[in-house]
Amino acid sequence: MSVQQNLEIRRSSASVWGSQSGMRSVPTVSKYIDTTTCIGCKACEAACIEWNDLRHIATEQTGTYQTLPTLHAEYWNLIRFNERDFDGGLVWLMRKDQCMHCEEPGCLAACPAPGAIVQYANGIVDVNPDQCIGCKYCETGCPFDVPRFHQTTGKMAKCTLCVDRVSVGLEPACIKACPTGCLQFGTKDDMVALGARRVEQLKSNGFTNALLYNPEGVHGTGVVTVLAHGDHPEWYQLPRDPHVPILVRFWKSFLRPLGAIAIFGAVIGALTHYTKFGPKEVRGVDAPDRNLPDA
Amino acid sequence: MELTRRGFLKATAVGSTIALGFDVARAKAEMREFKISRTTETRSVCPYCAVGCGVIIHTLGDKSKNAKASVVHVEGDPDQPVSRGTLCPKGITLKDDITHKNRLTKPKVRRPGSDHWEDISWDDAIAKIARHVKDTRDKCFVAKNAKGEVVNRNPGIAMIGGCTDTNEFNYLQWKVITALGVPYRDTQARV
Repeated sequence: MSVQQNLEIRRSSASVWGSQSGMRSVPTVSKYIDTTTCIGCKACEAACIEWNDLRHIATEQTGTYQTLPTLHAEYWNLIRFNERDFDGGLVWLMRKDQCMHCEEPGCLAACPAPGAIVQYANGIVDVNPDQCIGCKYCETGCPFDVPRFHQTTGKMAKCTLCVDRVSVGLEPACIKACPTGCLQFGTKDDMVALGARRVEQLKSNGFTNALLYNPEGVHGTGVVTVLAHGDHPEWYQLPRDPHVPILVRFWKSFLRPLGAIAIFGAVIGALTHYTKFGPKEVRGVDAPDRNLPDA
Repeated sequence: MELTRRGFLKATAVGSTIALGFDVARAKAEMREFKISRTTETRSVCPYCAVGCGVIIHTLGDKSKNAKASVVHVEGDPDQPVSRGTLCPKGITLKDDITHKNRLTKPKVRRPGSDHWEDISWDDAIAKIARHVKDTRDKCFVAKNAKGEVVNRNPGIAMIGGCTDTNEFNYLQWKVITALGVPYRDTQARV
């Protein structure tokens, strides 16, 4: 017996329309990450693996506390232990690396398989393994370098914002686990308001460049991040101004329609030719001379 | 209606062509099933540190006679007033701890001079501990101090309480060690 789950789809890859009926207005949900109060305990990483039944992968000690050098198809949530020297000594600029659930997802734009990447009505961007063809185009399309190719299944994998939990009214597993409360979950409006308050607090505490990272280039993200050093997002390994790559846009909004028009034109042309001149006949000694198809 | 072989093949071809015209993907886009919708929830306390976070242990089945309840998921208990649903990485991975093949599920004893652990039944273990407690108390009991004042203490035993012990358990524990005259008492909750 399973809980009936049918979140409406706002947008679906490689198709013009989603299946959103527009009858219900679902609030956009969001994660809030406060990098300044993260203690790097990795409870969110463990919670993610546990909830999503991911396999444990071998790690290697490379002189950092960070679990893996980068995200993995079996590791969707990674705390980046960015080390930085300041006047007072070493400072860790912790950052939770995961899918940002962009309002304008580059992965979805780049995906050529219909319905393989969907954006639900509440803003969650999810990969549907049934439809995924494993072409890795979403890797190219993502401005945050998040989707990973799973070697054994041949599908793409990334954080789903625990859509199975969110759809039944629970918070994502990582959010629930976080012992310092630097991770919060709620509607996008609430999370942005929370972030704005925290940024004000940081500014009054001397971090004058504090910023809520919610980049406009992808129309905002479903994961908003408070950065104490907002003038240097690259210190956190975040792109300064992320965009859906121009080539993906060019291909999707120009080349693809052009190709469709070309195919359509070819069919129309062939039909017109057929009605005007009839089928091509081999003229031979035995063949009767016919100019019109028998009607 | 009579359907010939040829007619059937034609109908199949036409039918599948029509089916291909529809967006099959739209009907299929559904998320992963919520995996704990019908599991049995059992409240417990995380065994690790002194915080004693509350956990909810999800087991397979609804406790019916023929269902073998295996732990499938552990997460924080939001009703626990201190942790309020949060857990640390050790606590959140309790499932692996519970289901691990090396988990200790029965008492073991390492006898004096021995270099290995051997199995012992619960009854034997408790009887053995009781014997040791009685012997130690008989050997070390101090009824009067140097000034001749009655102290009735037993400095041969020390007691350390666990951090996840409940109030009720601590009450009983305190009564027992007071009855034994144990003066050295500590709790792991200070660690």
